[in-house]
Amino acid sequence: MKLSARIAAPAAALVLAGLTATACAPQTSDTGAKGDEKTGTLRVWLFQEVGNKPKEKVVDTAVAAFRKAHDGAKVEIEYIPVETRAQRVKAAFNDPKSAPDLIEYGNTDTAGYVKDGGLADITSEFGAWADAKDTDPAARQSVTVDGKVYGAPLFVGVRALYYRTDVFADLGIQPPKSQAELISTAKKIHKRKPDLYGLAVGGAYTYGAMPFIWANGGELADRDGSSYKAAINSAKARKGIEAYTSLFGAGNCPPAKCAAMGGNATVTAFASGKAAMAIGGDFSHTAVEDGSVKGKYAVVPLPGVTEGSIAPAFAGGNNIGVLRSSSHRTLAVDLMKKLTGKASQARMFDAMGFLPTYSDVRADAAKREPFVEPFVKTLGAGAKFVPASPAWGQIDSSLILPTMFQEIVSGRKDVAKASDDAAKKMDAAFADAG
Amino acid sequence: MTVNSTAYKTRPASAPRRRPASPARRPGWTPWLYLLPALVLLGGLLVYPIYQLGLISFLEYTQAQVSGGEPATFQGFGNYSALFGDSQFWQVLSATVVFAAACVLATLLVGCALAVLLTRIRAVPRLALMLGALGAWATPAITGSTVWVFLFDADFGPVNRILGLGDHSWTYGRYSAFALVLLEVLWCSFPFVMVTVYAGIRAIPTEVLEAAALDGASQWRIWRSVTAPMLRPILTVVTIQSVIWDFKVFTQIYVMTNGGGIAGQNLVLNVYAYQKAFASSQYSLGSAIGVVMLLILLAVTLVYLRLVRRQGEEL
Repeated sequence: MKLSARIAAPAAALVLAGLTATACAPQTSDTGAKGDEKTGTLRVWLFQEVGNKPKEKVVDTAVAAFRKAHDGAKVEIEYIPVETRAQRVKAAFNDPKSAPDLIEYGNTDTAGYVKDGGLADITSEFGAWADAKDTDPAARQSVTVDGKVYGAPLFVGVRALYYRTDVFADLGIQPPKSQAELISTAKKIHKRKPDLYGLAVGGAYTYGAMPFIWANGGELADRDGSSYKAAINSAKARKGIEAYTSLFGAGNCPPAKCAAMGGNATVTAFASGKAAMAIGGDFSHTAVEDGSVKGKYAVVPLPGVTEGSIAPAFAGGNNIGVLRSSSHRTLAVDLMKKLTGKASQARMFDAMGFLPTYSDVRADAAKREPFVEPFVKTLGAGAKFVPASPAWGQIDSSLILPTMFQEIVSGRKDVAKASDDAAKKMDAAFADAG
Repeated sequence: MTVNSTAYKTRPASAPRRRPASPARRPGWTPWLYLLPALVLLGGLLVYPIYQLGLISFLEYTQAQVSGGEPATFQGFGNYSALFGDSQFWQVLSATVVFAAACVLATLLVGCALAVLLTRIRAVPRLALMLGALGAWATPAITGSTVWVFLFDADFGPVNRILGLGDHSWTYGRYSAFALVLLEVLWCSFPFVMVTVYAGIRAIPTEVLEAAALDGASQWRIWRSVTAPMLRPILTVVTIQSVIWDFKVFTQIYVMTNGGGIAGQNLVLNVYAYQKAFASSQYSLGSAIGVVMLLILLAVTLVYLRLVRRQGEEL
């Protein structure tokens, strides 16, 4: 003990001395490309889905087509776990030597990855690509930052209202036609069947809450010159927040349970028969089919404020982008086109149920598989996207919106105060991102 | 180590035998030479990372800087003023201090009480207690936390079923969530205190305790006036260790309250730093939090050592 105390003083002095020296800076990597080779191995990272085999088959077909066109090129596909993708991608940006040439990424990450200097600008190639003409606007927006294109959309994901047909028939009620009716129906069901949540909602389910804000005419943030300004505390947005948070409480979904739930938890609650309604995505289909409610549910678009309207949904989904550090740019762009082209997306829909990003391919898909019809309708009514700002990644990961909802539903703050605080935090993030 | 007891007075006499024969007047470089390997290791594994931590806390250093999208710029105390200007930081800091203090107190109390208990029970129950404690100690924090949170789960947890609480949620309320985490921290950190203190008690010569007993001292009196003072060096180490551990608690909060609880109500400094540094890629802000934590722990340790010394103990 005496010894360590003696060492502590000089060690502390050393640290201080080190801090004042500014000669040595922390590591910064150079992600610029070193060339454009026409042969060699292309490395691709795709997300590992639950039940990945069908996806692999579609990818292999696309890769075979690519190999036919390029003799000297090899392709190495790696499926990475979705949970650790953030760390993997960051590591790839930090160490270009071990980075892949192409990555699949969630479309809310686009702006952040661009700011990180990770993705290559492929505006000209995308513009000259015949397939891209039919890409729908929301999907195009999800690969665009400041007018430049950084990848190609692979699929879109959108949420709609799942409801239990047996419960509705039992109570003699119809699927709700407006937001007010949705809320009253949820409460009615919970009153008659207290074991069920009327509509399963989650305090951490940001993407389920957004349609309520958008349907009331609110926005998350408004474009303000080159940056954004938070609009979550505007009168219209507050109306939406009010509507969403009114679903928490003894009358529908008790906060002690629902405040902490995220999207998956609400879908699980529905799939296991604990909820009469839930806001789930087209991608939740398998999970619900595997649950105890198989055959006892249907899907309709989430209703908007006026009767018969559809609430704007969040256009989620994944893109495929070329890394800026890739030394095979031409080849990589070509493989990207093969993976995200119309033929490949149609096959991907048949294999995995992922909605195509091309309006014509999607319309065909809906004919083959009636289940996706409400989702295609929702997309057709105009889906929306999060602010295309690098700050979004930070807003999302620092849980600003879940915190806001949780503060309200746990009674810690009222809507006005909580939304003002959230707006302040969002503005700070936008300011940081510049 | 000098304690007011005759048993220990004999020790200094034997000490010179271990020293080199020649009187060490001017040590010169020789001791440093022996210390060199340790210093190099410490320098590489401790000082250099701390230096980097400090350096990054003065820069604007986010993912964009790491991957070369933007140059790293010097911010001076910008990160620190942003941190100190954030009301959430102060909230988290005070929650951390109170929570850590409660954990340390609970751990020390339970650890010492069970150590004393160990000296008074027969071999078989002692073995059982030892094994139980070592099992808790050996369980990885993440496993312990997962099991613990399952035990108290609102829908499937056996605790609610046994207590007949229906679907009461233990993690919804701020204090009940903190209490739950405290229990888990206590469960996995009391064994260290217990085993160390037990070893210390065993090392106390029985004559001293016998003499006290013959003088008519009660059990509590013996603990307060004989055992505790003789254990002081051990208790010091155990306390400092506990303070450092409990102040830095991460896994339990992260796992059991799902990354900080409803609306961040259960955030402690370490989880907060993680959220800033890694979840939102603000490495420089995370580093600033790290530096603040380092300084607080260093200050606590130094003040504590100082206090112990002033009471006439040399460690």
